[in-house]
Amino acid sequence: MAHHDHIATHDAHEHGEGMDKKRIWSVFFVLLALTALEFLIALGFVHHWGILQKGALVNTIYIVLTLVKAYYIVAFFMHLKFEKSSFIVTCGIVFLFIIYFIVLMLVEGGYLLTHLQEHALYPNN
Amino acid sequence: MSTTTVSQLDKVKDGPWSGGKSPWNLEYGKIMMWFFLVSDAFTFSAFLIYYGAQKFAQPTWIDADKIFQSVPGLAESGQPLVFVGIMTFILIMSSVTMVLAVEAGHRNSKQEVVKWMLWTILGGLAFVGCQAIEWTHLHHQGFWFGQNPATGLTDPDAIAAALQPYFSKEISYTAALQFSNLFFTITGFHGFHVSIGILLNIIVLCMTLNNTFENRGTYLMVEKVGLYWHFVDLVWVFVFTFFYLI
Repeated sequence: MAHHDHIATHDAHEHGEGMDKKRIWSVFFVLLALTALEFLIALGFVHHWGILQKGALVNTIYIVLTLVKAYYIVAFFMHLKFEKSSFIVTCGIVFLFIIYFIVLMLVEGGYLLTHLQEHALYPNN
Repeated sequence: MSTTTVSQLDKVKDGPWSGGKSPWNLEYGKIMMWFFLVSDAFTFSAFLIYYGAQKFAQPTWIDADKIFQSVPGLAESGQPLVFVGIMTFILIMSSVTMVLAVEAGHRNSKQEVVKWMLWTILGGLAFVGCQAIEWTHLHHQGFWFGQNPATGLTDPDAIAAALQPYFSKEISYTAALQFSNLFFTITGFHGFHVSIGILLNIIVLCMTLNNTFENRGTYLMVEKVGLYWHFVDLVWVFVFTFFYLI
């Protein structure tokens, strides 16, 4: 179909402008630097030098770095940044449910930790 | 009665969403790939959130630095994160070669698409190979679905001794078992995705060599498998954080 072909080629051309080779490599170096930073914290600061302790602070740093990496992959490698904003909203808004699910399940997990073995089992015979 | 004035309701709407237009300016298959990936992200999220819920519900947990500390062929122990670091690098690298293949497709350069697709497939195979080595290593230590190194033991001291190498805090049979189950399930599901991705990449490579896209006039199919491949990389970023770092 002529109309379809038009969309396809138009699509390819318009999106070609988003990511040239230089930009691809700069995104790669960002991802590499963020991963290297995670290794520096985990191997250097926590494991070898013992400057930081495993715990909430380090975990928060890891999660933030992970989310930044995820942003770079989705926005640039998967090209989402250059799509129409209504498409970005369509694909992104559902993750509100995931945030809700995280809160729900972690609260539940924390509850079970203190309440699952709170009462002894009573023999039934 | 004159009908020259059309009521507001009867007017033909001509906004971007009134039909006959392509408001997202994306091809159908690409939109559907995105929607599939969103649903797949839900599946992986559910897995990882359950892992978190289990961890929160257990008084103790396996220490990642102690369970993942060997580098095949180099060091049996004492090197946490090194091997998984290599795996992560391989996957990020193959994501880069994939996006370079997409970029070459935009320029309709068949030679370059073939070259970068080959590198991507090679990276995928290397990653799955590394994962196979890691699975084998853990399996030899006694970890598997429904199994940990203390499975079959009944003496509490023997159980504690068998699991001691993997814990920094208190030792729990249940925590070790749940870690084992979730590790093999989640990395297995991810490895399955990588394998499917390799297969799709090989199919697209064959189609490229067959001049299918050249005749079609667009390398859009490379973009679609590219989206899938980047998603696999994206999932690994999260698996890496939650299994190996935290």
